[in-house]
Amino acid sequence: MKPYIQFEQLSFARGRNLIFDRIDLAIPQGKITAIMGPSGTGKTTLLRLIGGQIKPQSGRVMVDGLDMTRASSKALLAMRRRLGMLFQNGALFTDLTAAENVAFPLREHTRLPESMIERIVALKLQAVGLLADANQMPAALSGGMARRVALARALALDPALMLYDEPFTGQDPINVGVLLRLIASLNQALGLTSVLVSHDVTEVFAIADLVFVINEGRVVASGSPDELRAQMPHVPFLRQFLEGAPDDDQSIAGQQSAKIFATALGLVAPSEPACMSKAQSQSGAL
Amino acid sequence: MYEQSPIAKRCTVNRWVCALANGLAALGQGFLSAAAHMGQMGFFTGQLLWRLLPAWTRPRLIIQEIYAIGVLSLVIILISGGFVGLVLGLQGYNILSKFNATESLGVMVALSLVRELGPVVTALLFAGRAGSAVTAEIALMKTTEQLSAMEMMAVDPIRRVIAPRFWGAVIAMPLLAGLFSLVGIAGGYFIGVVVLGVDSASYWGQIQQQMQPVDDVMNGVIKSLVFGGVIGLVAVFEGFNAEPTSLGISRATTRTVVLSSLLVLGLDFILTAWMFGA
Repeated sequence: MKPYIQFEQLSFARGRNLIFDRIDLAIPQGKITAIMGPSGTGKTTLLRLIGGQIKPQSGRVMVDGLDMTRASSKALLAMRRRLGMLFQNGALFTDLTAAENVAFPLREHTRLPESMIERIVALKLQAVGLLADANQMPAALSGGMARRVALARALALDPALMLYDEPFTGQDPINVGVLLRLIASLNQALGLTSVLVSHDVTEVFAIADLVFVINEGRVVASGSPDELRAQMPHVPFLRQFLEGAPDDDQSIAGQQSAKIFATALGLVAPSEPACMSKAQSQSGAL
Repeated sequence: MYEQSPIAKRCTVNRWVCALANGLAALGQGFLSAAAHMGQMGFFTGQLLWRLLPAWTRPRLIIQEIYAIGVLSLVIILISGGFVGLVLGLQGYNILSKFNATESLGVMVALSLVRELGPVVTALLFAGRAGSAVTAEIALMKTTEQLSAMEMMAVDPIRRVIAPRFWGAVIAMPLLAGLFSLVGIAGGYFIGVVVLGVDSASYWGQIQQQMQPVDDVMNGVIKSLVFGGVIGLVAVFEGFNAEPTSLGISRATTRTVVLSSLLVLGLDFILTAWMFGA
Protein backbone atom coordinates (compact mmCIF):
# COMPACT_ATOMS: atom_id res chain seq x y z
CA MET A 1 0.00 0.00 0.00
CA LYS A 2 1.21 3.47 -0.81
CA PRO A 3 2.20 5.36 2.34
CA TYR A 4 0.08 8.33 3.35
CA ILE A 5 2.99 10.31 4.71
CA GLN A 6 6.53 9.85 3.53
CA PHE A 7 9.78 11.40 4.71
CA GLU A 8 12.44 11.10 2.05
CA GLN A 9 16.06 11.66 3.05
CA LEU A 10 14.94 14.50 5.24
CA SER A 11 17.46 16.60 7.16
CA PHE A 12 16.52 19.34 9.53
CA ALA A 13 18.82 21.45 11.66
CA ARG A 14 18.16 24.19 14.14
CA GLY A 15 21.19 26.42 14.10
CA ARG A 16 24.14 24.06 14.28
CA ASN A 17 22.07 21.43 16.00
CA LEU A 18 21.24 18.65 13.55
CA ILE A 19 17.84 17.27 14.57
CA PHE A 20 17.11 14.88 11.70
CA ASP A 21 19.87 13.37 9.65
CA ARG A 22 18.59 12.10 6.29
CA ILE A 23 15.73 10.10 7.74
CA ASP A 24 13.24 8.02 5.78
CA LEU A 25 9.83 7.26 7.23
CA ALA A 26 6.71 5.81 5.64
CA ILE A 27 3.44 6.20 7.51
CA PRO A 28 0.60 4.04 6.22
CA GLN A 29 -2.98 5.17 5.69
CA GLY A 30 -5.72 4.29 8.13
CA LYS A 31 -3.36 3.18 10.89
CA ILE A 32 -2.11 4.60 14.15
CA THR A 33 1.59 5.28 13.81
CA ALA A 34 3.65 6.32 16.79
CA ILE A 35 6.92 8.22 16.69
CA MET A 36 8.81 7.58 19.91
CA GLY A 37 12.06 8.75 21.34
CA PRO A 38 13.54 10.50 24.34
CA SER A 39 12.82 14.17 25.01
CA GLY A 40 14.60 16.54 22.70
CA THR A 41 14.81 14.20 19.72
CA GLY A 42 12.61 16.49 17.65
CA LYS A 43 9.32 14.62 17.83
CA THR A 44 7.28 17.82 17.83
CA THR A 45 9.46 19.16 15.05
CA LEU A 46 8.47 16.12 13.05
CA LEU A 47 4.78 17.01 13.38
CA ARG A 48 5.49 20.58 12.35
CA LEU A 49 7.31 19.27 9.29
CA ILE A 50 4.25 17.20 8.41
CA GLY A 51 2.04 20.26 8.80
CA GLY A 52 4.39 22.31 6.61
CA GLN A 53 4.93 24.86 9.38
CA ILE A 54 8.67 24.56 9.07
CA LYS A 55 10.83 23.64 6.10
CA PRO A 56 13.65 21.12 6.17
CA GLN A 57 17.16 21.91 4.92
CA SER A 58 16.99 19.02 2.49
CA GLY A 59 14.75 16.12 1.58
CA ARG A 60 10.98 16.00 1.18
CA VAL A 61 7.84 15.41 3.22
CA MET A 62 5.04 13.97 1.11
CA VAL A 63 1.55 14.03 2.60
CA ASP A 64 -1.09 12.31 0.47
CA GLY A 65 0.95 13.00 -2.65
CA LEU A 66 1.63 16.67 -1.85
CA ASP A 67 5.21 17.78 -1.26
CA MET A 68 4.76 19.93 1.86
CA THR A 69 8.23 21.43 1.48
CA ARG A 70 7.54 22.94 -1.92
CA ALA A 71 3.77 23.34 -1.98
CA SER A 72 2.28 26.76 -2.76
CA SER A 73 0.72 28.46 0.24
CA LYS A 74 -2.72 27.82 -1.29
CA ALA A 75 -2.10 24.08 -1.57
CA LEU A 76 -0.64 24.08 1.93
CA LEU A 77 -3.75 25.74 3.36
CA ALA A 78 -5.99 23.29 1.51
CA MET A 79 -4.00 20.39 2.95
CA ARG A 80 -4.14 21.81 6.48
CA ARG A 81 -7.93 21.87 6.33
CA ARG A 82 -7.81 18.11 6.05
CA LEU A 83 -5.50 17.80 8.99
CA GLY A 84 -6.20 18.01 12.71
CA MET A 85 -3.52 18.58 15.28
CA LEU A 86 -3.75 18.11 19.02
CA PHE A 87 -1.14 20.31 20.66
CA GLN A 88 0.66 19.21 23.77
CA ASN A 89 -0.99 21.84 25.96
CA GLY A 90 -4.21 21.91 23.95
CA ALA A 91 -3.55 25.43 22.64
CA LEU A 92 -7.19 26.40 23.19
CA PHE A 93 -8.12 30.01 22.51
CA THR A 94 -8.31 31.34 26.03
CA ASP A 95 -10.85 34.06 25.30
CA LEU A 96 -13.39 31.68 23.73
CA THR A 97 -15.59 29.11 25.50
CA ALA A 98 -15.12 25.40 24.88
CA ALA A 99 -17.98 25.39 22.37
CA GLU A 100 -16.67 28.50 20.59
CA ASN A 101 -13.26 26.88 20.38
CA VAL A 102 -14.74 23.86 18.64
CA ALA A 103 -16.83 26.12 16.42
CA PHE A 104 -13.78 28.21 15.43
CA PRO A 105 -12.58 26.15 12.43
CA LEU A 106 -16.19 25.71 11.26
CA ARG A 107 -16.83 29.45 11.37
CA GLU A 108 -13.54 30.18 9.61
CA HIS A 109 -13.85 27.67 6.82
CA THR A 110 -17.52 27.00 6.20
CA ARG A 111 -20.61 29.07 5.58
CA LEU A 112 -22.87 26.80 7.58
CA PRO A 113 -25.87 28.36 9.34
CA GLU A 114 -25.45 28.95 13.06
CA SER A 115 -27.94 26.23 14.00
CA MET A 116 -25.93 23.67 12.02
CA ILE A 117 -22.66 24.79 13.62
CA GLU A 118 -24.22 24.40 17.06
CA ARG A 119 -25.27 20.86 16.24
CA ILE A 120 -21.85 19.87 14.91
CA VAL A 121 -20.17 21.39 17.96
CA ALA A 122 -22.51 19.49 20.26
CA LEU A 123 -21.73 16.26 18.40
CA LYS A 124 -17.98 16.78 18.64
CA LEU A 125 -18.14 17.65 22.32
CA GLN A 126 -20.34 14.65 22.91
CA ALA A 127 -17.73 12.47 21.20
CA VAL A 128 -15.11 13.53 23.76
CA GLY A 129 -17.62 13.38 26.62
CA LEU A 130 -17.69 17.07 27.43
CA LEU A 131 -21.06 18.29 26.18
CA ALA A 132 -21.97 19.41 29.70
CA ASP A 133 -18.97 21.74 29.80
CA ALA A 134 -19.65 23.44 26.48
CA ASN A 135 -19.94 26.91 27.98
CA GLN A 136 -16.89 26.75 30.24
CA MET A 137 -13.91 28.95 29.55
CA PRO A 138 -10.63 27.04 29.02
CA ALA A 139 -9.22 28.41 32.29
CA ALA A 140 -12.04 26.66 34.17
CA LEU A 141 -11.26 23.27 32.61
CA SER A 142 -8.80 20.77 34.01
CA GLY A 143 -5.77 19.91 31.90
CA GLY A 144 -7.31 16.65 30.74
CA MET A 145 -10.62 18.26 29.86
CA ALA A 146 -8.86 21.05 27.97
CA ARG A 147 -7.02 18.45 25.93
CA ARG A 148 -10.27 16.70 25.07
CA VAL A 149 -11.85 20.01 24.00
CA ALA A 150 -8.79 20.57 21.84
CA LEU A 151 -9.31 17.11 20.39
CA ALA A 152 -12.94 17.97 19.59
CA ARG A 153 -11.73 21.16 17.91
CA ALA A 154 -9.13 19.26 15.88
CA LEU A 155 -11.90 16.93 14.71
CA ALA A 156 -14.33 19.73 13.85
CA LEU A 157 -13.65 19.72 10.13
CA ASP A 158 -13.57 15.91 9.92
CA PRO A 159 -9.88 15.63 9.08
CA ALA A 160 -8.36 12.73 7.20
CA LEU A 161 -5.17 12.93 9.22
CA MET A 162 -4.81 13.48 12.96
CA LEU A 163 -1.53 14.50 14.56
CA TYR A 164 -1.15 14.10 18.32
CA ASP A 165 1.69 15.84 20.13
CA GLU A 166 2.49 14.03 23.41
CA PRO A 167 -1.19 13.36 24.18
CA PHE A 168 -0.55 11.52 27.45
CA THR A 169 2.02 13.79 29.06
CA GLY A 170 0.93 15.17 32.43
CA GLN A 171 -2.42 13.36 32.47
CA ASP A 172 -3.80 11.35 35.35
CA PRO A 173 -4.28 7.60 34.73
CA ILE A 174 -8.03 7.93 34.18
CA ASN A 175 -7.55 10.63 31.57
CA VAL A 176 -4.86 8.61 29.87
CA GLY A 177 -7.30 5.71 29.62
CA VAL A 178 -10.00 8.00 28.20
CA LEU A 179 -7.60 9.48 25.65
CA LEU A 180 -6.32 6.06 24.63
CA ARG A 181 -9.83 4.81 23.96
CA LEU A 182 -10.72 8.02 22.13
CA ILE A 183 -7.69 7.95 19.85
CA ALA A 184 -8.17 4.29 19.01
CA SER A 185 -11.92 4.46 18.50
CA LEU A 186 -11.81 7.69 16.49
CA ASN A 187 -9.20 6.22 14.22
CA GLN A 188 -11.33 3.16 13.65
CA ALA A 189 -14.73 4.85 13.40
CA LEU A 190 -13.72 7.77 11.21
CA GLY A 191 -11.15 5.93 9.13
CA LEU A 192 -8.43 8.42 10.05
CA THR A 193 -4.72 8.17 9.70
CA SER A 194 -3.22 9.01 13.07
CA VAL A 195 0.33 9.99 13.89
CA LEU A 196 1.21 10.38 17.52
CA VAL A 197 4.49 11.37 19.05
CA SER A 198 5.08 10.29 22.59
CA HIS A 199 7.55 8.80 24.99
CA ASP A 200 4.98 6.89 27.01
CA VAL A 201 5.83 3.34 26.06
CA THR A 202 2.99 1.39 27.70
CA GLU A 203 0.26 3.66 26.37
CA VAL A 204 1.62 3.83 22.86
CA PHE A 205 2.19 0.09 22.62
CA ALA A 206 -1.42 -0.47 23.61
CA ILE A 207 -2.87 1.31 20.55
CA ALA A 208 -0.18 1.80 17.91
CA ASP A 209 -0.11 -0.33 14.76
CA LEU A 210 3.36 0.83 13.85
CA VAL A 211 6.10 2.41 15.93
CA PHE A 212 9.22 4.31 14.88
CA VAL A 213 11.84 4.91 17.54
CA ILE A 214 14.13 7.82 16.82
CA ASN A 215 17.27 8.87 18.59
CA GLU A 216 19.93 11.42 17.66
CA GLY A 217 18.39 12.27 14.33
CA ARG A 218 17.96 8.72 13.05
CA VAL A 219 15.37 5.98 13.12
CA VAL A 220 16.89 3.34 15.35
CA ALA A 221 14.05 0.82 15.24
CA SER A 222 10.66 0.38 13.65
CA GLY A 223 7.88 -2.16 13.48
CA SER A 224 4.74 -3.21 15.27
CA PRO A 225 4.85 -3.17 19.09
CA ASP A 226 5.35 -6.97 19.05
CA GLU A 227 8.20 -6.74 16.57
CA LEU A 228 9.87 -4.07 18.69
CA ARG A 229 9.61 -6.24 21.78
CA ALA A 230 11.25 -9.03 19.80
CA GLN A 231 14.05 -6.71 18.64
CA MET A 232 14.63 -5.38 22.11
CA PRO A 233 17.35 -7.77 23.31
CA HIS A 234 19.47 -6.99 20.24
CA VAL A 235 19.25 -3.20 20.23
CA PRO A 236 20.75 -1.70 23.38
CA PHE A 237 19.11 1.69 22.97
CA LEU A 238 15.72 0.09 22.46
CA ARG A 239 16.11 -1.93 25.63
CA GLN A 240 17.10 1.12 27.56
CA PHE A 241 14.31 3.26 26.13
CA LEU A 242 11.50 0.73 26.39
CA GLU A 243 12.40 -0.55 29.81
CA GLY A 244 13.77 2.65 31.24
CA ALA A 245 16.79 0.58 32.28
CA PRO A 246 19.96 2.24 33.54
CA ASP A 247 22.59 2.57 30.89
CA ASP A 248 25.29 -0.03 31.32
CA ASP A 249 26.52 0.18 27.78
CA GLN A 250 28.84 3.11 27.10
CA SER A 251 28.37 2.62 23.35
CA ILE A 252 25.16 4.63 23.45
CA ALA A 253 26.36 8.15 23.00
CA GLY A 254 24.84 10.95 24.98
CA GLN A 255 22.99 8.71 27.40
CA GLN A 256 24.40 8.85 30.92
CA SER A 257 23.04 6.93 33.80
CA ALA A 258 22.32 9.00 36.86
CA LYS A 259 22.65 5.87 38.97
CA ILE A 260 26.29 5.37 38.03
CA PHE A 261 27.15 8.91 38.99
CA ALA A 262 25.17 8.67 42.18
CA THR A 263 27.02 5.52 43.15
CA ALA A 264 30.38 6.99 42.19
CA LEU A 265 29.72 10.02 44.34
CA GLY A 266 28.80 7.77 47.26
CA LEU A 267 25.22 9.02 47.42
CA VAL A 268 23.72 5.58 46.85
CA ALA A 269 24.96 2.26 48.10
CA PRO A 270 26.08 0.12 45.18
CA SER A 271 23.46 -2.57 44.68
CA GLU A 272 23.37 -4.07 41.20
CA PRO A 273 26.57 -5.75 40.10
CA ALA A 274 26.44 -4.16 36.64
CA CYS A 275 26.30 -0.72 38.12
CA MET A 276 28.93 -1.44 40.69
CA SER A 277 31.58 -2.45 38.25
CA LYS A 278 30.91 0.68 36.20
CA ALA A 279 30.92 2.77 39.33
CA GLN A 280 34.25 1.39 40.39
CA SER A 281 35.83 1.96 37.03
CA GLN A 282 34.42 5.50 36.97
CA SER A 283 35.43 6.42 40.48
CA GLY A 284 38.98 5.67 39.44
CA ALA A 285 38.65 8.13 36.63
CA LEU A 286 37.10 10.74 38.89
CA MET B 1 23.31 38.52 20.23
CA TYR B 2 24.03 39.47 23.83
CA GLU B 3 27.09 37.28 24.16
CA GLN B 4 30.38 38.80 25.08
CA SER B 5 32.13 39.87 21.94
CA PRO B 6 34.76 37.40 20.72
CA ILE B 7 37.46 40.03 20.76
CA ALA B 8 37.28 40.27 24.55
CA LYS B 9 38.28 36.65 24.89
CA ARG B 10 41.18 36.86 22.49
CA CYS B 11 42.49 40.29 23.34
CA THR B 12 45.85 40.17 25.07
CA VAL B 13 47.57 43.33 23.82
CA ASN B 14 46.98 46.19 26.18
CA ARG B 15 44.11 47.07 28.48
CA TRP B 16 43.18 50.27 26.65
CA VAL B 17 43.46 48.79 23.20
CA CYS B 18 41.28 45.90 24.33
CA ALA B 19 38.71 48.25 25.83
CA LEU B 20 38.59 50.23 22.60
CA ALA B 21 38.29 47.12 20.49
CA ASN B 22 35.52 45.81 22.73
CA GLY B 23 33.70 49.09 22.55
CA LEU B 24 33.85 48.99 18.77
CA ALA B 25 32.75 45.37 18.69
CA ALA B 26 29.81 46.12 20.98
CA LEU B 27 28.83 49.05 18.80
CA GLY B 28 29.00 46.87 15.71
CA GLN B 29 26.96 44.16 17.37
CA GLY B 30 24.35 46.65 18.50
CA PHE B 31 24.17 48.06 15.00
CA LEU B 32 23.82 44.60 13.45
CA SER B 33 21.08 43.57 15.84
CA ALA B 34 19.23 46.85 15.26
CA ALA B 35 19.54 46.32 11.52
CA ALA B 36 18.21 42.77 11.85
CA HIS B 37 15.32 44.04 13.97
CA MET B 38 14.48 46.66 11.37
CA GLY B 39 14.69 44.13 8.57
CA GLN B 40 12.31 41.84 10.44
CA MET B 41 9.96 44.73 11.01
CA GLY B 42 10.06 45.67 7.34
CA PHE B 43 9.23 42.13 6.31
CA PHE B 44 6.45 41.93 8.89
CA THR B 45 5.02 45.28 7.74
CA GLY B 46 4.90 43.96 4.20
CA GLN B 47 3.01 40.87 5.31
CA LEU B 48 0.61 43.01 7.32
CA LEU B 49 -0.04 45.54 4.53
CA TRP B 50 -0.93 42.72 2.19
CA ARG B 51 -3.69 41.63 4.56
CA LEU B 52 -5.05 44.98 5.68
CA LEU B 53 -7.86 45.14 3.14
CA PRO B 54 -8.83 41.45 3.31
CA ALA B 55 -9.26 41.91 7.07
CA TRP B 56 -12.35 44.01 6.31
CA THR B 57 -14.20 40.92 5.13
CA ARG B 58 -14.73 40.35 8.87
CA PRO B 59 -15.68 43.83 10.17
CA ARG B 60 -16.92 42.34 13.44
CA LEU B 61 -13.38 41.45 14.45
CA ILE B 62 -12.23 45.02 13.83
CA ILE B 63 -15.14 46.48 15.78
CA GLN B 64 -14.30 44.17 18.69
CA GLU B 65 -10.75 45.52 18.66
CA ILE B 66 -11.91 49.13 18.47
CA TYR B 67 -13.88 48.37 21.61
CA ALA B 68 -11.00 46.61 23.38
CA ILE B 69 -8.38 49.15 22.34
CA GLY B 70 -10.40 52.35 22.13
CA VAL B 71 -13.46 52.23 24.34
CA LEU B 72 -11.60 50.63 27.23
CA SER B 73 -8.95 53.38 27.05
CA LEU B 74 -11.60 56.10 27.39
CA VAL B 75 -11.36 56.52 31.15
CA ILE B 76 -7.64 57.26 31.28
CA ILE B 77 -7.82 59.46 28.17
CA LEU B 78 -10.77 61.55 29.40
CA ILE B 79 -9.40 62.04 32.90
CA SER B 80 -5.97 62.99 31.57
CA GLY B 81 -7.52 65.34 29.02
CA GLY B 82 -9.47 67.06 31.77
CA PHE B 83 -6.42 67.60 33.94
CA VAL B 84 -4.25 68.78 31.06
CA GLY B 85 -6.99 71.28 30.16
CA LEU B 86 -7.16 72.52 33.75
CA VAL B 87 -3.39 73.04 33.93
CA LEU B 88 -3.28 74.71 30.51
CA GLY B 89 -6.07 77.07 31.57
CA LEU B 90 -4.28 77.97 34.78
CA GLN B 91 -0.84 78.48 33.24
CA GLY B 92 -2.25 80.24 30.20
CA TYR B 93 -4.25 82.62 32.39
CA ASN B 94 -1.17 83.48 34.44
CA ILE B 95 0.92 84.27 31.38
CA LEU B 96 -1.80 86.01 29.35
CA SER B 97 -2.86 88.18 32.26
CA LYS B 98 0.60 89.78 32.21
CA PHE B 99 -0.19 91.05 28.72
CA ASN B 100 -3.83 91.78 29.46
CA ALA B 101 -4.76 89.21 26.87
CA THR B 102 -6.79 86.76 28.93
CA GLU B 103 -9.57 86.83 26.34
CA SER B 104 -7.22 84.78 24.14
CA LEU B 105 -7.15 82.01 26.74
CA GLY B 106 -9.65 79.89 24.78
CA VAL B 107 -7.70 79.88 21.56
CA MET B 108 -4.42 79.26 23.39
CA VAL B 109 -5.83 76.24 25.16
CA ALA B 110 -7.58 74.94 22.06
CA LEU B 111 -4.60 75.32 19.73
CA SER B 112 -2.19 73.74 22.18
CA LEU B 113 -4.51 70.79 22.53
CA VAL B 114 -5.58 70.29 18.95
CA ARG B 115 -2.16 70.80 17.39
CA GLU B 116 0.12 69.17 19.93
CA LEU B 117 -1.00 67.91 23.29
CA GLY B 118 -4.12 66.12 22.09
CA PRO B 119 -2.37 63.81 19.62
CA VAL B 120 0.93 63.49 21.51
CA VAL B 121 -0.28 62.95 25.08
CA THR B 122 -3.08 60.70 23.87
CA ALA B 123 -0.54 58.69 21.89
CA LEU B 124 1.77 58.31 24.89
CA LEU B 125 -1.10 57.21 27.14
CA PHE B 126 -2.44 55.00 24.38
CA ALA B 127 0.93 53.28 23.98
CA GLY B 128 0.98 52.55 27.71
CA ARG B 129 -2.63 51.51 28.03
CA ALA B 130 -3.52 49.79 24.75
CA GLY B 131 -0.19 49.14 23.00
CA SER B 132 1.21 47.17 25.91
CA ALA B 133 -2.03 45.20 26.23
CA VAL B 134 -2.03 44.26 22.54
CA THR B 135 1.62 43.16 22.70
CA ALA B 136 1.10 41.09 25.83
CA GLU B 137 -2.02 39.44 24.39
CA ILE B 138 -0.41 38.47 21.10
CA ALA B 139 2.81 37.36 22.78
CA LEU B 140 0.89 35.15 25.18
CA MET B 141 -1.11 33.68 22.29
CA LYS B 142 2.19 32.85 20.66
CA THR B 143 3.67 31.38 23.84
CA THR B 144 0.65 29.12 24.41
CA GLU B 145 0.79 27.98 20.76
CA GLN B 146 -2.59 29.53 19.95
CA LEU B 147 -1.14 31.23 16.86
CA SER B 148 0.51 28.00 15.81
CA ALA B 149 -2.76 26.12 16.31
CA MET B 150 -4.52 28.68 14.13
CA GLU B 151 -1.93 28.18 11.42
CA MET B 152 -2.47 24.42 11.57
CA MET B 153 -6.21 25.03 11.19
CA ALA B 154 -5.39 26.82 7.92
CA VAL B 155 -6.29 30.19 9.47
CA ASP B 156 -3.81 32.97 8.80
CA PRO B 157 -2.94 34.51 12.19
CA ILE B 158 -1.78 37.77 10.63
CA ARG B 159 -5.12 38.27 8.95
CA ARG B 160 -7.23 36.92 11.82
CA VAL B 161 -5.40 38.30 14.86
CA ILE B 162 -2.86 40.92 13.82
CA ALA B 163 -4.64 42.99 11.15
CA PRO B 164 -7.82 43.66 13.20
CA ARG B 165 -5.74 44.89 16.14
CA PHE B 166 -3.75 47.17 13.88
CA TRP B 167 -6.97 48.60 12.42
CA GLY B 168 -8.36 48.99 15.91
CA ALA B 169 -5.39 51.17 16.89
CA VAL B 170 -5.49 53.26 13.69
CA ILE B 171 -9.22 53.94 14.04
CA ALA B 172 -9.35 54.43 17.81
CA MET B 173 -6.40 56.81 18.10
CA PRO B 174 -7.85 59.88 16.25
CA LEU B 175 -11.17 59.46 18.05
CA LEU B 176 -9.44 59.32 21.43
CA ALA B 177 -7.23 62.31 20.57
CA GLY B 178 -10.33 64.27 19.54
CA LEU B 179 -12.07 63.46 22.80
CA PHE B 180 -8.92 64.32 24.74
CA SER B 181 -8.86 67.77 23.13
CA LEU B 182 -12.58 68.34 23.70
CA VAL B 183 -12.38 67.46 27.36
CA GLY B 184 -9.22 69.56 27.66
CA ILE B 185 -10.95 72.62 26.16
CA ALA B 186 -13.80 72.09 28.60
CA GLY B 187 -11.28 71.89 31.44
CA GLY B 188 -9.69 75.16 30.29
CA TYR B 189 -13.16 76.70 30.17
CA PHE B 190 -13.87 75.57 33.71
CA ILE B 191 -10.70 77.01 35.20
CA GLY B 192 -10.60 80.14 33.01
CA VAL B 193 -14.23 81.16 32.79
CA VAL B 194 -15.91 79.60 35.79
CA VAL B 195 -13.11 79.94 38.34
CA LEU B 196 -10.92 82.84 37.16
CA GLY B 197 -13.62 84.94 35.50
CA VAL B 198 -12.53 85.16 31.85
CA ASP B 199 -15.39 86.25 29.59
CA SER B 200 -17.22 83.21 28.30
CA ALA B 201 -18.07 84.75 24.92
CA SER B 202 -14.46 85.65 24.18
CA TYR B 203 -13.26 82.19 25.26
CA TRP B 204 -15.43 80.53 22.59
CA GLY B 205 -15.37 83.43 20.15
CA GLN B 206 -11.59 83.47 19.85
CA ILE B 207 -11.56 79.74 19.27
CA GLN B 208 -14.14 80.11 16.51
CA GLN B 209 -12.33 82.99 14.89
CA GLN B 210 -8.79 81.78 14.94
CA MET B 211 -8.86 78.01 14.61
CA GLN B 212 -8.50 76.86 11.04
CA PRO B 213 -10.36 73.69 10.14
CA VAL B 214 -7.65 72.46 7.77
CA ASP B 215 -4.43 73.87 9.21
CA ASP B 216 -5.22 73.07 12.80
CA VAL B 217 -7.89 70.42 13.05
CA MET B 218 -6.94 68.33 10.02
CA ASN B 219 -3.26 68.41 10.89
CA GLY B 220 -4.09 67.22 14.38
CA VAL B 221 -6.14 64.38 12.92
CA ILE B 222 -3.31 63.43 10.54
CA LYS B 223 -0.87 63.38 13.44
CA SER B 224 -3.07 61.14 15.54
CA LEU B 225 -3.67 58.80 12.59
CA VAL B 226 0.08 58.47 12.07
CA PHE B 227 0.65 57.90 15.78
CA GLY B 228 -2.13 55.29 15.87
CA GLY B 229 -0.51 53.48 12.95
CA VAL B 230 2.95 53.57 14.53
CA ILE B 231 1.76 52.37 17.94
CA GLY B 232 -0.41 49.68 16.35
CA LEU B 233 2.45 48.45 14.18
CA VAL B 234 5.00 48.39 16.99
CA ALA B 235 2.55 46.68 19.36
CA VAL B 236 1.57 43.86 16.99
CA PHE B 237 5.12 43.40 15.73
CA GLU B 238 6.64 43.12 19.19
CA GLY B 239 3.90 40.71 20.27
CA PHE B 240 4.21 38.55 17.18
CA ASN B 241 8.00 38.38 17.40
CA ALA B 242 8.25 38.02 21.16
CA GLU B 243 10.36 35.23 22.51
CA PRO B 244 7.86 32.63 23.75
CA THR B 245 8.83 32.81 27.43
CA SER B 246 7.60 34.87 30.36
CA LEU B 247 10.72 37.02 30.18
CA GLY B 248 10.16 37.37 26.44
CA ILE B 249 6.63 38.66 26.98
CA SER B 250 7.75 41.19 29.56
CA ARG B 251 10.55 42.39 27.31
CA ALA B 252 8.24 42.71 24.34
CA THR B 253 5.71 44.72 26.36
CA THR B 254 8.40 47.07 27.62
CA ARG B 255 9.82 47.49 24.13
CA THR B 256 6.39 48.40 22.79
CA VAL B 257 5.95 51.21 25.30
CA VAL B 258 9.49 52.53 25.00
CA LEU B 259 9.83 52.25 21.23
CA SER B 260 6.39 53.60 20.38
CA SER B 261 6.73 56.51 22.83
CA LEU B 262 10.06 57.50 21.31
CA LEU B 263 8.74 57.13 17.78
CA VAL B 264 5.70 59.25 18.62
CA LEU B 265 7.84 62.06 20.01
CA GLY B 266 10.31 61.90 17.12
CA LEU B 267 7.61 61.78 14.48
CA ASP B 268 5.75 64.60 16.19
CA PHE B 269 8.74 66.85 15.68
CA ILE B 270 9.05 65.87 12.03
CA LEU B 271 5.33 66.28 11.37
CA THR B 272 5.20 69.62 13.19
CA ALA B 273 8.15 70.91 11.21
CA TRP B 274 6.44 69.82 8.02
CA MET B 275 2.98 71.16 8.88
CA PHE B 276 3.69 74.36 10.77
CA GLY B 277 7.38 74.85 10.02
CA ALA B 278 7.79 77.50 7.38
